[in-house]
Amino acid sequence: MKSILLGTAALAITATVAFAGSHSVVRMGTEGAYPPYNFINDAGEVDGFERELGDELCARAELTCEWVTNEWDSIIPNLVSGNYDTIIAGMSITDERDEVIDFTQNYTQPDPSSYLALDGAEVDFDGGVIAAQANTIQAAFIASSGATLVEFATPDETIAAVRNGEADAVLADDAYLRPIAEENADLALLDKQELIGGGVGMGVRESDSELKDKFNAAIQSMKDDGTLNALLAKWEIGPGF
Amino acid sequence: MFSFCVDPASLDSMAWMACYLTTGKHMAIYTSLFTVLLLLAITAPTALVFGFLGASSARSDFAPLSWVGKAYIAIVRGVPDIAFFLFFVIALDQFFEWIRHEIKCPDWEADIWQGNDFVVCDIAKLPLGNSPQWMHETYGFLLAVLTFAIVFGAFAANVLYGAMRAVPHNQLETAESYGMTRSQVFWRILVPQMWVFALPGLSNLWMVLIKATPLLFLLGVEDIVYWARELGGAKTARFTDYPHGDWRMWYFLALLVFYLLFTRISEIALDKLMIRLTHGQATLGGEAQRKTA
Repeated sequence: MKSILLGTAALAITATVAFAGSHSVVRMGTEGAYPPYNFINDAGEVDGFERELGDELCARAELTCEWVTNEWDSIIPNLVSGNYDTIIAGMSITDERDEVIDFTQNYTQPDPSSYLALDGAEVDFDGGVIAAQANTIQAAFIASSGATLVEFATPDETIAAVRNGEADAVLADDAYLRPIAEENADLALLDKQELIGGGVGMGVRESDSELKDKFNAAIQSMKDDGTLNALLAKWEIGPGF
Repeated sequence: MFSFCVDPASLDSMAWMACYLTTGKHMAIYTSLFTVLLLLAITAPTALVFGFLGASSARSDFAPLSWVGKAYIAIVRGVPDIAFFLFFVIALDQFFEWIRHEIKCPDWEADIWQGNDFVVCDIAKLPLGNSPQWMHETYGFLLAVLTFAIVFGAFAANVLYGAMRAVPHNQLETAESYGMTRSQVFWRILVPQMWVFALPGLSNLWMVLIKATPLLFLLGVEDIVYWARELGGAKTARFTDYPHGDWRMWYFLALLVFYLLFTRISEIALDKLMIRLTHGQATLGGEAQRKTA
């Protein structure tokens, strides 16, 4: 009996070591173009709410993490083919995405999405032209509404489309649009908001449940001791938990 | 970078610009410029080798070899570049990893394809998951070089195949009647004379290759066009010390100047090369040179 116990313990230890070895470096995939969630700072490094959050989560889960940028359009295919291990890119948890990858628990509340338009413009939500970033919950929302959807590969291009009149308004996360509206006199947020999505979570491969569990535990511990709320407040991202 | 860059908001426009253009983020676009040039420098000769092999096998007398050469030219030339880049690179990467997986982890029991996930054992990963970021970038870069070389090699093969057929046949017959072997005829008579016929086609390919480098971004290599878009986009003061409006037009204007200069220099160099290759050739150009001399 004793030898069986010892044997099991030894097996458990080697398994943990083997697992720790397999994820000795966790590669964190992000977009780097969606402040305040993630962006490239002046020094050329990944910065923002998710950078701070991700570094803290890795510290709590005792993982060594490395940041990688990838364009939004191919961010899921590159995760499933193993080019990096997580997606931490302001990605809302949706059923469609959940069929392809797994999500950790959400680390933001569902953030209201706002409309940004030229200051003083009248926007027709049923027949107008609304811009959104491709493959986002906002794009799916517009597509199912009466308005005409124009999609762009980067968030920045959606704003440019409103400025040059290609679109009447842009629909995106409130946290992304608010600083832009505040600093540009020619742009303004509309009163109307949409509540879509189930909050933002980290994406991991479906076969990688151990990594998911580690991050879930780390997110839970940050929720419990209030550090997550402090981060959300610092970067002005929606309500806390 | 400069010592006076501590508080950018207080600077006048010239100093502000000097600081702005030397941020770490701007260093990335300068580095990507060298990435593009390096890619061209490695890809062009590699593609030429691929093309030479393709063309010489396509005109081989040994039927299977000739089929391989012709199939390579026909298939790669027929598939749209963008489809080739999107599909082929991921497939190539997974193929390499699968081979390493079969060799290094023969005891592995789980499936390689688990639903949507492609999972090989960790020591078969290319590069290893725990290797530093620069190794991942170098690997991506080499995959890009290989893909570019295969695509442009097929076009070069077609050009060289045509050029080999353009060498006057009686020259080859004369060489044979002098008692040269087939390989001697190929290397001493055919190859030296074919370049003058190949150069116009190859110079076209070079021009197209220069402009095809933005396809790099499809392969995850951050090239100058990506950085021009990223740096040129409007920046709000909350997230940068250097806020500015939508400056993409200026960045793309700079790219335009860069590409125009680059293609112009290439044209001049290729014209010089043409004059050298024409020298002493039994072509109209060679004849004209002989008369003026």
